[in-house]
Amino acid sequence: MNMNLTILGQMIAFAIFVWFCMKFVWPPLVAAMRERQEKIAEGLDAANRATRDLELAQEKAMNQMREGKEKAAEIIEQANKRANQIIDEAKSAARAEGARLVAAAQAEVEQEVNRAKEELRKQVSELAVAGAAKILGKSVDAAAHGDLLNTLADEL
Amino acid sequence: MACNSQEYIAHHLTNLTYGKLPSGYVRKELVPVKDEAGNAVADESGCPVTTVRETELTTSTWTIAANGQEAKDMGFMAVHVDSLGWSVFMGLLFVWFFSRVAKKATSGVPGTAQNLVEAVVGFVDNTVKETFHGRSPLIAPLALTIFVWVFLMNSLKWIPVDVVPGIAHALGAPYFKIVPTADPNGTLGLSIGVFLLIIFYSIKVKGAVGFAKELSFTPFNHWLAVPFNLFLEILGLLTKPLSLALRLFGNMYAGEVVFILIALLPFYAQWVLNVPWAIFHILVIPLQAFIFMVLTIVYLSQAHEDHH
Repeated sequence: MNMNLTILGQMIAFAIFVWFCMKFVWPPLVAAMRERQEKIAEGLDAANRATRDLELAQEKAMNQMREGKEKAAEIIEQANKRANQIIDEAKSAARAEGARLVAAAQAEVEQEVNRAKEELRKQVSELAVAGAAKILGKSVDAAAHGDLLNTLADEL
Repeated sequence: MACNSQEYIAHHLTNLTYGKLPSGYVRKELVPVKDEAGNAVADESGCPVTTVRETELTTSTWTIAANGQEAKDMGFMAVHVDSLGWSVFMGLLFVWFFSRVAKKATSGVPGTAQNLVEAVVGFVDNTVKETFHGRSPLIAPLALTIFVWVFLMNSLKWIPVDVVPGIAHALGAPYFKIVPTADPNGTLGLSIGVFLLIIFYSIKVKGAVGFAKELSFTPFNHWLAVPFNLFLEILGLLTKPLSLALRLFGNMYAGEVVFILIALLPFYAQWVLNVPWAIFHILVIPLQAFIFMVLTIVYLSQAHEDHH
């Protein structure tokens, strides 16, 4: 239990260790810890922000999807309308074309009939002349009796 | 080392002392008695018989005390080599480990060592912030140094009492006591350091006059009560380092004595008491370091408080 210079030695050692700790140990450690605290706070902040951003983005995406659907429905409706229209147009065009074709065919038939009638008329007059010639026994002057023949042909 | 238990205990409680013996001092050395064949003589209990050999010093000499009496006679001009050596070693261990971690400290993901160090630093920082409300760049590092250093010095108690002294004895040291906090010099050195800081901050914050006023006019604010106040306050002031040092010393010394007593048991029975006592010290050792630190902070925060 002797008190001696050890006290002094211990005090000096104590002072040196405290000084060293104050100079080289405490500041960097506390600085590192504080910096990490800030980083963590920033990280949490960023996470919160990201969550909010995500919510916003989801909402936006939903809106866009809804808009897209609406637009798609509209387009489909328009397309249906247009298709019906096209079908109607095609129908009326076809009808018109058919009518036209029928008319053309009828005109042609009529023309044919007229031409055939003309032909027949011509042949009948010739036949009549030939028949008459045979009956009269002499040739009929076509030129002299032309008027007669024509009259006959017209009567047929 | 020692033959009977009384000697054994005394031996374990004596520091390795290096100091000055005055000229004319008669050194009394115990030498074993030998028979004609040169063999050591033993008494009935098997202890070697010794005789005192006296040598008178012609000049004052610095030397290692050969026994407790010499250490005592060296007076103030002596150093406990073991206490000082181990406390400096433990302090260096603290400074080395913590500064190594501090140098590499990252604000990113900390490693194991940094985690450990940061846990301690954070704990000390919290304690300081809770107790000390002023601003001082010194208090927190001071508290950290005290806590870790005292803890490390206390923790030397976990080393079985005979191991290090046994090695030292084999190397020729007559005495060796390794726990610096079980030496009142070690704890008083710390607490006087704290005491000087208390005085320094009291004067720095309150001014010399303010400090003198505080000592003179508390607790009784009347000029007639000044001598009584002074007596009370100065006593209170001096009690602070004394209680700090003696609390730590008392705890560590008592624990050490119990360890030594347990070591006197037969070797096969020692663990029965030794193990629980060592486990109990898992509580005592950090607790005493913590108390020393907290009281230091409290005293210094009182020194910073200006009542006027």
